[in-house]
Amino acid sequence: MIIIGERINGMFRDIAKAIREKDPKPVQEWARKQEEAGAGYLDINVGPAVSDRVSAMKWLVEVTQEASKIPLCLDSTDYDAIEAGLEVCKEPAMINSVPAIPDKMDRVFTMAAKFNAEVIGLAMGEEGIPKDAESRVALAMELVANCDAYGIPIDSLYIDPLALPCNVGQAHGPEVFETLRQIKLLSDPPPKTAIGLSNISQGTKEREIINRTFAAMCIACGLDAAVADACDEELVATIATARVLMNLDIFCDSYAEVYRTRNL
Amino acid sequence: MAVDILKEKYRGQVREVVLGATKDEGGTRSHTIKVGGEKALPFLHFEGEIPNRPVVAMEIWDMVPDEWPESLKEYFKDVYNDPGAWAKKCVDEYGADMVAVRFKSADPDLNDTSADECAATLKKVLEAVSVPLIVYGCGKAEKDNTIMGPIGEAGAGENLLLGVAEQENYKSVASAAMANKHSVIAQSPIDINIAKQLNILIAEMSTPLLDRIVIDPTIAALGYGIEYCYSIMERARFGALQGDKMLAMPMIGNICHEVWSKKEAYLPADEEPGWGDQAERSPAWEAVTAMALLQGGINLLIMRHPEAVKMVKNNIDDLMKDNSY
Repeated sequence: MIIIGERINGMFRDIAKAIREKDPKPVQEWARKQEEAGAGYLDINVGPAVSDRVSAMKWLVEVTQEASKIPLCLDSTDYDAIEAGLEVCKEPAMINSVPAIPDKMDRVFTMAAKFNAEVIGLAMGEEGIPKDAESRVALAMELVANCDAYGIPIDSLYIDPLALPCNVGQAHGPEVFETLRQIKLLSDPPPKTAIGLSNISQGTKEREIINRTFAAMCIACGLDAAVADACDEELVATIATARVLMNLDIFCDSYAEVYRTRNL
Repeated sequence: MAVDILKEKYRGQVREVVLGATKDEGGTRSHTIKVGGEKALPFLHFEGEIPNRPVVAMEIWDMVPDEWPESLKEYFKDVYNDPGAWAKKCVDEYGADMVAVRFKSADPDLNDTSADECAATLKKVLEAVSVPLIVYGCGKAEKDNTIMGPIGEAGAGENLLLGVAEQENYKSVASAAMANKHSVIAQSPIDINIAKQLNILIAEMSTPLLDRIVIDPTIAALGYGIEYCYSIMERARFGALQGDKMLAMPMIGNICHEVWSKKEAYLPADEEPGWGDQAERSPAWEAVTAMALLQGGINLLIMRHPEAVKMVKNNIDDLMKDNSY
């Protein structure tokens, strides 16, 4: 499983301040730190408080790329901001995200085809997040069909089954695992899967252990990527261990270290 | 409707290791030899680039190999007492791409040859041939640890391929390689996990060595568990192609060491009449062992019998013909 490092996000105070003051230092520090800790992508999110998202995204992308060479995952509901970011990305990036809603898919997949970008597609439609796995898989199929129609390779699409905090949406847990399994049967090659890992523990007091356990369980169901805290060493070790137990990586005594340093 | 042919796509590749060093690079070899670099499973040229052909090295000893069968010794009878001439014969007459020098006589139970004498022998071989060299100790770790330093020094700058580093004993060979710019054979006992871990241990001593490691996964002769070795090699190759950089080193197989200790190779026909003429049977046993392991992804073969070398080189010629479409 690939970690999409979640830390460059305007929701965090230090990043919001950095964006406001155009101070690249905190952004670049987090870029380096997450890369060294084992992130495969860096999520870039300008956050809710910014007035000009387009120029903020462009700036964040530019300063992040000065510090790290790993690919970026541009995270916004403002597609103009994402497009501005894609224009300055040196390497092909990931778009985070698009729901299975026709006009939004049209906008995002057109953009992805133009910039050779990967896409995270959310298993939700006009009516919001479905209750069960069947409806999530049906929406995933719509994303797969649209992705294909725009000529984007299916393995560039990451379907997010959408996890809800376990203290409010406990019944969604098993549905998420089932969705992860079924998505791999949708096409050949199948789409990939991604998840916003920390969502599962929002509002709880035991966030870390919940995140780590959820990661291991999702990997057992075939999860390919997660937006997560790359600097949580125990989480990274859990992911590395789950990958070995699923026979995805070849074991050796230093397997956790190998997982952390594979991009370096 | 056009048929869309499915091809496997890999994101990783085998590391390319350069052996030997020319004058410009601080050595005296006439050329260097590259091994590895492939981006697909063995010889599937249609799925990815196979940039370098597998290499055949012939083994020589620093003493008369009494234990070799007569039918094999026959080919080298005029040069046994002169490792330089022996090496030259392998290259000039028998077409060896490289020469592997085994310092067998250093064995404390044989001649217990000193490190200085080994170093002097190496220099003679370096003068006699211009191909890159592979160097093995006597196989007894305690003694090998004392000769590898001086041997590495005697060949300083030549980018020798030094063998062997093992999990419990890798520091002397790795240090000799670090100090004098050589490459290292990392040997593991038919165990993919140890193969990977050993590479990590060597890299912890010196990161640049990562691009100078050749894995010896330990091979077996035909009929003696070759399928286990094959599946380990296959697993390592899948790992490399899927992006496991710690298993992405080229691989070497000491074919002759395994084959010639087996009765199918060394017994003469009068002892086993049903097995047929030894002159034909023995090299065939060595060649078929090598050919099977070529399919498993081996990059460097160490062999003895000139006829077997000829067969295997012909086989490599065929396998390297482009089959892409």
